[in-house]
Amino acid sequence: MDKVKNGPREQLERVVLGPLVRTGKGYRLLVGGLVLVVLWALFAYSTQLRDGLIVTGMRDRILWGFYIILFVFFIGISHAGTLISAILRVVKAQWRTPVTRMAEFITVVALSVGGLMPMLDLGRPDRIPNLVLFGRWQSPILWDVLSISTYLTGSIIYLYLPLIPDLAICRDRLGNEVPGWKRWFFRVASVGWQGTARQKKLLSIALASMMVLIIPVAVSVHTVVSWIFAMTLREPWNSTVFGAYFVAGAIFSGIAAIILVMAVLRRAFHLEAYITHKHFINLGYMLGGFTLIMMYFNVSEYVVTGYKMAGETSFHFVQLMVREYAPFFWLYTIGGMVLPGLIILFPKTRTFTGVLVAAGLVLVGMWMERFIIVVAGLRVPLMPYDPSWYVPTWVEWSIMAGAFAMFGLVIAVFSKLFPVISIWEVAEQYEEHEVKEAPALGRSLPATGSLRMEPTSEPPAEGADHGPGGTR
Amino acid sequence: MGITRRSFLRRAAVVLAGVAAAGAGWSYLKGLAQSANEAPDQAASLPSAPVQQRTPQPHHWAFVVDTTKCIGCGKCVAACKEENNVPEDPHFNRTWVERYVIDEQGEAYVDSPDAGVHGFESWPVNSKYQNIQVVKSFFVSKLCNQCENPPCVQVCPVGATYKTEDGVILVNRSRCIGCRYCIQACPYGARFLDPNLRVADKCTWCYHRISKGMDPACVEVCPVGARMFGDPADPDSAVAKALRENRISVLKPNLGTRPQVFYIGLDQEVR
Repeated sequence: MDKVKNGPREQLERVVLGPLVRTGKGYRLLVGGLVLVVLWALFAYSTQLRDGLIVTGMRDRILWGFYIILFVFFIGISHAGTLISAILRVVKAQWRTPVTRMAEFITVVALSVGGLMPMLDLGRPDRIPNLVLFGRWQSPILWDVLSISTYLTGSIIYLYLPLIPDLAICRDRLGNEVPGWKRWFFRVASVGWQGTARQKKLLSIALASMMVLIIPVAVSVHTVVSWIFAMTLREPWNSTVFGAYFVAGAIFSGIAAIILVMAVLRRAFHLEAYITHKHFINLGYMLGGFTLIMMYFNVSEYVVTGYKMAGETSFHFVQLMVREYAPFFWLYTIGGMVLPGLIILFPKTRTFTGVLVAAGLVLVGMWMERFIIVVAGLRVPLMPYDPSWYVPTWVEWSIMAGAFAMFGLVIAVFSKLFPVISIWEVAEQYEEHEVKEAPALGRSLPATGSLRMEPTSEPPAEGADHGPGGTR
Repeated sequence: MGITRRSFLRRAAVVLAGVAAAGAGWSYLKGLAQSANEAPDQAASLPSAPVQQRTPQPHHWAFVVDTTKCIGCGKCVAACKEENNVPEDPHFNRTWVERYVIDEQGEAYVDSPDAGVHGFESWPVNSKYQNIQVVKSFFVSKLCNQCENPPCVQVCPVGATYKTEDGVILVNRSRCIGCRYCIQACPYGARFLDPNLRVADKCTWCYHRISKGMDPACVEVCPVGARMFGDPADPDSAVAKALRENRISVLKPNLGTRPQVFYIGLDQEVR
């Protein structure tokens, strides 16, 4: 990867490093808007700090609401990144290369935002240190604290390792184009990377270990998140399948999040040459596969409970299927699983736009799913009274808006500090093709072969699971 | 290339300094948390009894509710609120009284207006449940069951809720972080988040009274003796007698929580 002086490599660097140097008006506007939303959310939270959780819609019957929904939602999205990028690395899926960096970004950011949510849910946030000082391992909450902090640490390492060579590229290429503090940052953060054989070997060992280690950690995280629910004596959550259901749902929503964030960054930073429609289609296939898994889980869950109609579960079943929460439930099942599944299934709709629509539907659907699990689950009365209601207040709406704004904001800031595409990995892959190309083997190229296409070129929508058209 | 000894030593020194700083921060936090524990605890705003008077005797307390005697006057709820500084807001209660009304079809209607603190006189059954033919009606008072296997203690992340040697579940208000997981874990709806202190709260069987040999406030004021408290090991106690002479049951026995509040004459509709 050292001294390739040909066009594509330099063009790649120019495109990917561009945003680190130049900042457009649109970016400033976006960041300004996001900051305003976050500030508003902080104001909303300050009223909660002053008056207590009484300013929320949560009461002693339905005592979890938006905060816990967002917690599960963002932790779910975080699975996008590390898990997907690790799985793709492990199975050596070549097309992953330009995607992994963004996926890993999303993981770190979503984990940070998601991890913040339960803290907002506390009556006494000033006592958070008690979790460390007096933590007890009997409590599923401590399992969460442990697994999420492990996952966050692991994801930061996993994001950082493949960043090192890129940071070195930034250090070497971006001289006086960037302010001094950024130069300092690149110098320190690239930890003396020179691309020597030994350094490369160490990096590849580290990456290989991390990508294997991070998978069980990621799986454990969402399993433990599900246990927060499943470990309590609440009938609708009394399910041994909850762990697997949550892990699948997490990856499902994670893929959708990657697709959307990727589409935004691709547009904003003009990465059309590197992130092609094929990447979206491939992620669309993964999304489509997961709709089947999710549907299977739902069928197993609701056919069993609906057949028995025992006690409190029958109340839950009825409120989901036909009563109060039926709109949410059907929006989730039809809108969030069946429809995206069909969009991916038919070649006609399996296009760039189609995949984006499917991803958006999945994200909305999965938010609904978490709403159903948390709020509708808690609504099942423990006591023989009329079931209570959860109506979120303006504080909770504001904090939800703030959480999404924060997610966007951190990604926006990250995109100015780090290359959003792994330059060295893409370049390395490009070189491999150069070598392979020489004997003119007729083998299908990995997707990044499209790296040499013009920015406007797109692989054909049909048969997109093969290499870019032309080589076959 | 690589790391020279000098740079290694320099970096190691930085790391060590970081660890030392983290340690210092840790002990600072620990100090903070300890001082928080020493801070005046509202739970202990009891007349400061000499220590020897509060000996945790080898008791194992039990509570008996005779639902056949309860008249739904709500004096127990009022006494509890006064004795334990429970917020006046009817949403927050350490004990409450439920009214069960069974109609001809065997349908059960349950209500607990203002937790029953004002009694049920001004809340006629039929104003809420129009056109039902009442077959039978009774009151059931509820409180923390002080379970032998308390799910709330199991899930508390910081050990703020705990079981005393004499079998009462208490909340350490100066440690509770207000995560409300215990409230969610309790299958009996016995817990709530204190809106002022923002920590979990629940019935303690008036631990400050029972540990001085007195009855809980609700037992003290009950005009019909529907609530009894004592140590079943003492054969002369009202509780031991009630447990001996009646057919008793507990709430939700299937959950395996082993409640220590025993009910006489519990109807199948009561959950």
